[in-house]
Amino acid sequence: MFAIAWKELIQLRRDRLTLGMMVGLPVVQLLLFGYAINTDVRNIATVVYDQDRSAESRGFVRRMEATGFYEIVGHVDSYDQIGVALRSREAMVALVVPPHFAAEVEAGRPAQLQLVVDGSDPQVVASATDTAMSLASARSSVLAVERFERQGLPTSTSSQVIAMEPTTWYNPDLRTAVFIVPGLVGVILTMTMVMFTSMAIARERERGTLEQLIVSPVRPVELTIGKILPYLAAGYLQMTLILVVGSWVFDVPIVGSIPLLYGLSAFFIAANLALGLFFSSLAKTQQQAMQMSFFFLLPNILLSGFMFPWEAMPAPARWLSLGLPLTHYMRVIRGVTLKGASLFELRYELIWLAGLLVVLTVIASMRFRKKLD
Amino acid sequence: MQDPVVVEGLSRRFGQLLAVHNVSFEVHRGEIFGMLGPNGAGKSTTLRMLCGILDPSGGRATVVGFDVAKEPERVKQNIGYMTQRFSLYEDLTVEENLRFYGGVYGLQRRERSARVAEELERSGLTDRRDQISGTLSGGWKQRLALVCATIHRPPLLFLDEPTAGVDPVSRREFWARIHHIAAEGTTVIVTTHYMDEAERCHRLGFMFRGALLDIGTPTEVVERREIRIALVLTPNVTGAIDLLRGHPAIDEVAPFGDRVRLATRGGVDPIVLARELLATGPGIGDAREIPPNVEDAFVAMVHDEERSGGVP
Repeated sequence: MFAIAWKELIQLRRDRLTLGMMVGLPVVQLLLFGYAINTDVRNIATVVYDQDRSAESRGFVRRMEATGFYEIVGHVDSYDQIGVALRSREAMVALVVPPHFAAEVEAGRPAQLQLVVDGSDPQVVASATDTAMSLASARSSVLAVERFERQGLPTSTSSQVIAMEPTTWYNPDLRTAVFIVPGLVGVILTMTMVMFTSMAIARERERGTLEQLIVSPVRPVELTIGKILPYLAAGYLQMTLILVVGSWVFDVPIVGSIPLLYGLSAFFIAANLALGLFFSSLAKTQQQAMQMSFFFLLPNILLSGFMFPWEAMPAPARWLSLGLPLTHYMRVIRGVTLKGASLFELRYELIWLAGLLVVLTVIASMRFRKKLD
Repeated sequence: MQDPVVVEGLSRRFGQLLAVHNVSFEVHRGEIFGMLGPNGAGKSTTLRMLCGILDPSGGRATVVGFDVAKEPERVKQNIGYMTQRFSLYEDLTVEENLRFYGGVYGLQRRERSARVAEELERSGLTDRRDQISGTLSGGWKQRLALVCATIHRPPLLFLDEPTAGVDPVSRREFWARIHHIAAEGTTVIVTTHYMDEAERCHRLGFMFRGALLDIGTPTEVVERREIRIALVLTPNVTGAIDLLRGHPAIDEVAPFGDRVRLATRGGVDPIVLARELLATGPGIGDAREIPPNVEDAFVAMVHDEERSGGVP
């Protein structure tokens, strides 16, 4: 028994990769869960559609910003522009101030503000509406006191002057399935695509066929693309399967353009495949390739916005997550399926995905030279 | 016409280890050139440099007219390469493997189909064309691997220990095939540590600790060592060996069934010597001389090398 344990320890010590993972995994998990994961959303990107342009409306916006929950990223002039801002993820929340808001408030008549919230991320919705509602009632009380002091009039009614009406767009019922299923497409694609390709080369290395390919006149580019193409088709198959089942079983809508979704997905799938090839150039065995793929999956699930709101993460975690293809794809697939986002609205995500694809492909083919040493 | 392989002062270093040291030789067209040596002698490393998949640290090599360091891709188009691992896709059928390698070597679709059918027929694999390669026996796998490596009819074929782990009958068949290929004008370079295989080569290069010790036909390399071998019958094999070992004229003593096999150098008659040494002690019966083989030459060469300490 002790002989076996002793042998196991020796083997473990010699296998640097496994050892590294045993030490690295808890540390990385701890940091990710403890530091990056925060369901308290702060600094929610917000646009303002101010039809009143009064001191009162500007004051309300300032107070919103002062809570730290909202970050005003711009002003818009129509509901259409709110749609654009929400679909392109420039903002997740929009405050709509109606015309004559200040005049109504001044007159002590009830005025209604509207908070448009992107329902494709239910966790954001909750934080955003709760805070806005309490702000509205707080301001109402202040106004009531002011009126009393100025005019000596008692507060006529118990109803508050400023009402906040939350409106949820894109997932009005706030169903979790609608939020999760499109994201799941991205997670599953990341997992399988990276694993398939990383194991594919490691398998050839183990069986000795890689050496045979290296002595053949096949060019590295041909080998790389030849390896990727069949898996690209496999990726599309998986994606279609999840979306179809999601729509039948969980009633997940696909609002946007399907060709656009499939077109943008190509960049994402290819980027993952290139990443898999890079892993496979590091791994000596299929087992190592598998370990690396799992190791890579963890930050993807936690940081991409799949489970936890991206907005709630501290800045370093967000910067890190920008390097993950899944972060950008999460926005693409949720944007297209749930919000009907257009290519123009998703242009930054496209640029990111294309950029990551180029970088990963270059790294992968640099690592894969047709030499043995 | 230039020799298909010209090697001049080729060296390869892995960190501190000098795996191949200043190796020079030529291989002529249609020749079966055997590279012989123990494991770790630098045979495979040399072969890999000649295939253009490992950069030399020094010297140069020209393979089918192309410098391996400067134009490795041109080299790769003109060679076949087969290793002891056979490098087959075990989950593909025999025919699928052939089609795949045909495609990898750039055969066009129509040409490829014709070539695959032809090679299946020639190698006797037609009946097994739809069999999954992983289920073939060692001998058949070897045969398929050879066909895969030569599907593009390369002028030069590299075989790296191609018969490791294959039964004797399959090995003989394999060598018959190699001779057939060479007779058609293909040059073959083969590494091995089986001495019986070495004797089937046209010429041999002996490698030891990264250096090329000798080169020539099997007869030449054996004759150069001036070895004489005797098989001596004795009632006390162990005692006889103890007695003979360490004598300056005796290069090698080993048990050989119920006999003792001893090798002498420098023309010393082994039978006379054995009678002289064994008469008083363990006793000696029948003794006869047999011709030395490549293995004896190799062992002698290694002993010479170890004595002089000439290899870095």
